[in-house]
Amino acid sequence: MLLIRLLEEEIANQYPKQKMRCPTHLSIGQEAIGAAVGLILSKKDQTVSTHRAHAHYIGKGGDIKAMLAEIFGKSTGCSSGKGGSMHLIDRSVGFMGSTAIVGNTIPVGVGIGLSNKINKNNFVSCVFLGDAAVEEGVFHEAANFAVLHKLPVLFICENNLYSVYSPLHVRQPSDRQIYKWIEAYGMESHCADGNNPIEASLLISSSVEKIRSGMGPIFLEFSTYRWREHCGPNYDNEIGYRSVEEYEKWKDIDPLKRLKNELIEKGWLNEDTYEKLISALNLKVEEAFRFAEDSPFPDQSDAYNHVLAEE
Amino acid sequence: MSKKNHISFANAINEAIDIALNQDPSVLCFGLGVPDPKGVFGTTIGLQKKYGEERVFDMPTAENGMTGIAIGAAISGMRPIMTHQRLDFFLLAMDQVVNNAAKWHYMFGGEGNVPITIRLILGRGWGQGPTHSQNLQSWFAHIPGLKVVMPATPIDAKGLLLSSIFDPNPVIYLEHRWLHNSTGDVPEGDFRIPIGSANLLREGQEATVVAYSATVPEALLAVDFLRTNHNIHCDLLDLRSISPMDWEKVFASVNKTGKILVLDTGSSTNSFAGEIVARVAMNCWNSLKSPPQRIAMPDIPIPTSYALTKGLYPDSYTIASKILEMLGSGIVPDELLASSSSDHDVPGKWFNGPF
Repeated sequence: MLLIRLLEEEIANQYPKQKMRCPTHLSIGQEAIGAAVGLILSKKDQTVSTHRAHAHYIGKGGDIKAMLAEIFGKSTGCSSGKGGSMHLIDRSVGFMGSTAIVGNTIPVGVGIGLSNKINKNNFVSCVFLGDAAVEEGVFHEAANFAVLHKLPVLFICENNLYSVYSPLHVRQPSDRQIYKWIEAYGMESHCADGNNPIEASLLISSSVEKIRSGMGPIFLEFSTYRWREHCGPNYDNEIGYRSVEEYEKWKDIDPLKRLKNELIEKGWLNEDTYEKLISALNLKVEEAFRFAEDSPFPDQSDAYNHVLAEE
Repeated sequence: MSKKNHISFANAINEAIDIALNQDPSVLCFGLGVPDPKGVFGTTIGLQKKYGEERVFDMPTAENGMTGIAIGAAISGMRPIMTHQRLDFFLLAMDQVVNNAAKWHYMFGGEGNVPITIRLILGRGWGQGPTHSQNLQSWFAHIPGLKVVMPATPIDAKGLLLSSIFDPNPVIYLEHRWLHNSTGDVPEGDFRIPIGSANLLREGQEATVVAYSATVPEALLAVDFLRTNHNIHCDLLDLRSISPMDWEKVFASVNKTGKILVLDTGSSTNSFAGEIVARVAMNCWNSLKSPPQRIAMPDIPIPTSYALTKGLYPDSYTIASKILEMLGSGIVPDELLASSSSDHDVPGKWFNGPF
């Protein structure tokens, strides 16, 4: 989680240099869930994700050099510069792909679950989605199918209250909770504080165990909040779709700060080791940026390859 | 050469899926109605019983979701064959097919590929009307990363479907409802017809006729009529696939004849025929003796009424007339050619509706 925070803060710092020339959606403030899921799942379990995928990718163990190079549009990027920030992939760690259309990878993740079930490999397919994706028909279609066939799928809904700039209450009835809605499909469904890493981890962990035992899909809704603008490196509390008070309230329950404090209280961490950890991770971040910056751009002619897969 | 059987287009499709399911455990077959008693016009009858409910199954009415599910299964090792009773329902799934299936291999820099076959049936006649008889093949052919296959004969239906299923890419396999009951000799067992290879059905010096899917039988009638009755000999090319496209055969023929007529089942504007006319103009300019021509559907939604569809679809008479006009022959084709079938809104006397 700390690596995600440090890397994304550095992306935000450097983004104005205009070298990362693609739409970039930062997860700062809502890193806990991606980090927890990645730690709990094995590298053979698969995840699919959304336009805001950095935390999910890094949490799953995705190669940060390849991710940054991708954002820089370099040939060494995880998608050879074809995809950018919104199309990340690292199959070596089970990160099967993130895409940019709302709800778009939900059925893809369910399809991976179908494949897992048929192949009896006991892997769990994790689908990351946001609070808006449950408004898409495709979510309901895929969820129904997952329940119907008891597929090994973990749906992780990060409810950060906004779809771009539209608050939840203009998109869904205020008296309905997403996880309750989903429960009606006959899917086990829970809701928890997504900014409480330990509590969230326990819930994710027990859910993954149940899914592996063959009981079918589980839906988990986590409340959380993105600190910065929908897309880009800046803060945007001033444009009027949300209040500074609301932002401050969520910033106070920063998942990273909470985890750090909890670990210090329990005596598992002290300020000194924390600082050392930051320094070590910052070196990794610097190294990744250097790699991305030093990598060559793809040849113009590469735009014509990968149109079709070879036999 | 293996033994041949005289079977229908629909049976040829059934055989191809059967062979694929039998040969490769990663092949799946699903779609609304796949295991039902009618088995998608007979094309999927018996398959669930033979291969089980895990690999051959019905699905919720969820085109987009199920297409994404097929993609997910495909990128993790399966080879799904998806079937829709009409292309029109599949429009709900354009997001998955265009934004995901077509681009997955590309946008992730060659990481993973999507070996899915999407069978879409093109409707016509019997009051199918505005939303059950659209021929939108040019939409799919417009999308890089998709292959688009449109067989016209039982042998091609089988050979191209097997190639589609085992192709590493997403293939849109468009089967015209009016071809399902047509019959022909089809080899037994597994055989493949390469995607992107046109078939020269008739040879001649006077003009090039380019056809595909349901325009092929009408074009054959017209071309054979001209040969028999007027000693006019034309090249007739059945494209069989429109993406990738066999440009070489088209250009070679036009360079020989200097005249081209392209037939299309879709509406004229932005039709695939338009693309062929454009490429021929660009590549065969010096060989052309007269302007390239196309016969496609008018730019209107297809109406439902028997009265309104009468005369709407080009037939062998229309095609023969156009060829004669291009040749400046002054001949009017025999009216008998047009009255070869009884009602204009059915593919043959065997057809009793409602599809």
